[in-house]
Amino acid sequence: MDEILKLLENDARMTAEEIAKITKKSKAAVKQAIKKYEKDGVILKYKTVINKELVCDVECATRALIEVNITPQKDVGFEHVAERIYKFEEVTSCYLISGTYDLLLVVEGKNLHSVARFVAEKLSPMPNVKGCVTHFMLKKYKEDGVILKHREENKRIAISY
Amino acid sequence: MKNLISKKVIEMQPSGIRAFFDLVLGMKDVVSLGVGEPDFVTPWPMREAGIFSLEQGFTSYTSNSGLMKLRLTISRYMKNRFKLNYSPENQILITVGVSEAFDLVLRAIINPGDKILIPVPCYVSYGPLVELAGGIPVYIDTKPTGFKLTPHLVNKYAVKKCKAIVLNYPVNPTGVSYTKKELLALNRAFIENKLLCISDEVYDSLTYDFKHTVFPTLPGAFENTVYLNGFSKSYAMTGWRVGYACGPKDIIAAMTKIHQYTIMCVPIISQMAACEALEPSGQRSMNDMKREYNRRRHYITRELNSLGLKCVPTQGAFYAFSSIKSAGLSSIDFAKQLLKEEKVAVVPGTAFGKNYDDYVRISYASSMDNLKEAIARIKRFINHA
Repeated sequence: MDEILKLLENDARMTAEEIAKITKKSKAAVKQAIKKYEKDGVILKYKTVINKELVCDVECATRALIEVNITPQKDVGFEHVAERIYKFEEVTSCYLISGTYDLLLVVEGKNLHSVARFVAEKLSPMPNVKGCVTHFMLKKYKEDGVILKHREENKRIAISY
Repeated sequence: MKNLISKKVIEMQPSGIRAFFDLVLGMKDVVSLGVGEPDFVTPWPMREAGIFSLEQGFTSYTSNSGLMKLRLTISRYMKNRFKLNYSPENQILITVGVSEAFDLVLRAIINPGDKILIPVPCYVSYGPLVELAGGIPVYIDTKPTGFKLTPHLVNKYAVKKCKAIVLNYPVNPTGVSYTKKELLALNRAFIENKLLCISDEVYDSLTYDFKHTVFPTLPGAFENTVYLNGFSKSYAMTGWRVGYACGPKDIIAAMTKIHQYTIMCVPIISQMAACEALEPSGQRSMNDMKREYNRRRHYITRELNSLGLKCVPTQGAFYAFSSIKSAGLSSIDFAKQLLKEEKVAVVPGTAFGKNYDDYVRISYASSMDNLKEAIARIKRFINHA
């Protein structure tokens, strides 16, 4: 992956100027590259990783992993059914997976009740959904490579050779 | 009371900047660019191996030379990577960091009055350890030749009773390293002058602009070199204290003799963790850290240069040796004032040799956020002065 993408993936706030210094490129070249990535859809958006356990008033406090079994359709396979499912805003991630189930969803809701309602009223009744298994998440330890813990304090001595 | 301290120790030059260090340690909210160790915690595979060894009850001594498993791993690594055949039986010794290995070589080879050549600026312990071993350090100032040792300098300084030369690359404190071509020429000069090469390559994996050439791979160098390396810098394992020496059988045997009486062996837990560093997962973590250092190197050298604190061109390690001539202060005053006014700690150049009073060592083994903050503060400091 391009160095610019790696840097931005790690810190989306990094400015073109800083990236230019780090990669030994000109600022204009970096700006242009980023613009192109944005235009081509390589960079989709810039976001912040929040440890929601520390935020009291979150709207999506409850998360569940849902394994879904679906019947593929002629010509379009799983795509069409997957699209019908991932368009629900409760679905934050949707993957086609190998194994016993076909789709793996991450679903978020205000509370247990709202997630359950989504499963019972929206997901399960869909014509191509043969069955699903819902796992409620109890605790998040690590997400997208980030360990959800306070930054550890520096344990080094301030001066050494 | 009678003075009990040995003359040799009394005569040893104390580090002139100790007081400055104490000042730093007593202050809060300091952004320290004075640290000579990685800011990364040891990668998990190695930490996990350490925990595993404890869990399994590996809490005993190991053989004096070190765990056979670790010596085998190093031997295989040297062979696969560099086509060097060091026998794990008698050509590899596991030591408490490169520091111990370095002390052992000196004590193994020095007769009273033997001279050891040391290019400067250099790591702080080289000179004092030569003196402790009864030798005489002969310092070669590399500043006039762009902070690089040259064959010409070697020929000039290699006088009678010169037994060995200390080569360290990438260099702490300058970050300078040598290309294969430069090393070939140096090797010829060492052989011509009958100098044993003590090659401290602890920063070898942190070479950025070209491939690091391992000294004993050069023609004729294998028999004439004691190769020192360790896990501290490349694998962020400073606190584990594991280094190693590879070299001719007779020298390794002599070093082992001293080591068995003084140290006995390196802690087994550290040795077991070190084995993991040379496995693929350890190598992967090392490469990730190296990539990050290189990014910071570009950033920090560019920023310092633009502030008029011109850096010696760096190729490795995680240091920038920055000229403070434009500030018109001695290195200790520069460091003190920078600390007092802006709470940024750097190491005065005089720590690495008396001729470097117009330099400071800036370590970029610190997070990008810290570096940005430090640069902003240094900028403010320079503009005030």
